[in-house]
Amino acid sequence: MKKKEVPQDQSSLNKVNSKELYYAVDEDGKYTTELSSGWNPKKIALDNALEDIEKRVEEARLKVLAGTTSPIEYYMELCKMDLNILAGYVGFFKWTVKRHFKPSAFQKLSKKKLAKYADVFDITIEELQNVPS
Amino acid sequence: MKIDFTHHQSAHCENGVVSNLMKHNGFQVSEPMVFGIGSGLLFCYIPFLKVNYAPVFTYRAMPGHIFNRFAKRVGIKVKREKFNNPTAAKKRLDENLAANNPVGLQVGVYNLTYFPDEYRFHFNAHNLVVYGKEQDTYLISDPVMENVTTLTSKELEKVRFAKGAMAPKGHIYYPTVFPEKLELEKAIVKGIKHTCRDMAAPVPFVGVKGIKTVAKLIRKWPKKLGVKKANHYLGQIVRMQEEIGTGGGGFRYIYGAFLQESGELLKNEELKKLSVEMTEIGDMWRDFALESSRIYKNRSNSVAIDKYDEVATLLESIADREKAFFKKLKKAV
Repeated sequence: MKKKEVPQDQSSLNKVNSKELYYAVDEDGKYTTELSSGWNPKKIALDNALEDIEKRVEEARLKVLAGTTSPIEYYMELCKMDLNILAGYVGFFKWTVKRHFKPSAFQKLSKKKLAKYADVFDITIEELQNVPS
Repeated sequence: MKIDFTHHQSAHCENGVVSNLMKHNGFQVSEPMVFGIGSGLLFCYIPFLKVNYAPVFTYRAMPGHIFNRFAKRVGIKVKREKFNNPTAAKKRLDENLAANNPVGLQVGVYNLTYFPDEYRFHFNAHNLVVYGKEQDTYLISDPVMENVTTLTSKELEKVRFAKGAMAPKGHIYYPTVFPEKLELEKAIVKGIKHTCRDMAAPVPFVGVKGIKTVAKLIRKWPKKLGVKKANHYLGQIVRMQEEIGTGGGGFRYIYGAFLQESGELLKNEELKKLSVEMTEIGDMWRDFALESSRIYKNRSNSVAIDKYDEVATLLESIADREKAFFKKLKKAV
C-alpha cells in the first residue's frame, strides 16, 4: 500500500481523538508509517458485530419478560459476555451460571450470590432483579 | 512519580511495548524489527476457540511468543510474573515504578476507559506500559494510542484481573539483562527461518495450508451455515485481519517493512526485493477484505452464492502467492 492510499474513513476512533498506525511505502518505495482515521470495510464488520450483540440483548430481554430466562442472561449479553467469561468473573462453574438462568433458580439465589452478579455487571441488586420493560 | 519515558505509537500493542521498553533502555529497535525477529507473522485458523460467537482466525503468533522469541534471539532476559492476588500485583508494580523501571502489563480491553465503547470487547491479550504514578492515578503508555493516557488504580486493577480466555492474572513483564551490544544479524536470519517454517507447516490449520482450508470453508459456509452466519464469520476474518494492531493487511505490511530494514542491515538485495513482493501480497489481502465487505455490507439474506466463491478464489491465489514467497524467502537468508 502506498502512503497516500492509507484510508481516511470515519470510525469511532474519531470520538476519542485517536488514529491508528499503518505501515505503507512512500514515493521512493521506502517503508514508513501513516496514521489512519478508519477504513469502511472493517467499520462495517464492526458495526455488524455490534448490531448482532444488540439483537441478542433484545432477545434476552424479551425472554426475561416472557419468564423463560432470568435477568442474569440479559445483563450478560448487555456486558458483551458469554457463559465462559461470566463464569470466570463470578467464580462459579459454567453449569452453575446456566442454572441461574432459570427464573425459579434465580428467585432462590442468596443475597451474597446476587451481590456477586451485580458487582460484575456494575449494577445494584435491585437493578439485577429487573430488565427494562 | 513519573519516569522519563518516551511514548512512540505503534501498530501492534505487543511489538510496541517491546520496542518502547527497548528504546527506553537505550536500544533503538523498530516495531517491525521486533515483529520479524520474534517471528510474529502467521496464519492460523482455530475452529474450537470461539470469540464473539465465531471461530478465531489469527494472522500472528500467540501473545507473548513474539517478545519471548525476540528476547532469546537478541540475548535479553525477560522477567515475567503472574498473580492470584490483586494487592500483591499492585505492590510489585509500585515497587518497579519506585525503582524507576517502566513495565509492560497484559490487560483486558473491556474496561479500558480510554478506548471508544465500540472497541471494548472481552479481549484479554492487550499490552501497555505503565511509566509512573501520581497519587492514585497510573500513567499509561498504550502503544496503539496516539498519546499517553491514565487509569485510576481501581481501573487498572480491573483490566489486570479481567476474566475469560487468556485472563492476564496481573501479568507484569520487563527486560532485566541486556547484551553489551545488540547484534541483530543472526537474530534476523533465525526469525525469518522460523516464519518460513511456520508458514509451510504441514498442518491443515496453519500457514499457507490454513489459508487454503479457510478458502474451502468459505465456499461451503452459505449453504452449510446460512447467509447470516456466513457473513458473520466473514466479518470476523476481516476484523482479525484489519483491526487495530495489524498495521494493515494482516501484518503483511509490517513484515514488508521488516524485510526492507533487514535487507539494508544485512546488505541483502534479495530481501529488499522480497519486501516489495510482501507489500503486493498485503495489497491482495486488502482486496480480499474489500471484496468480503461488499458481501456482508448487504444485510439481506439474498447474496448470490457465487460471491463467496469469488472471495474464496481470491484467498486461494493469496495462498499460492505466499507459498511461493516463503520458499524464496527461505533461500534468501
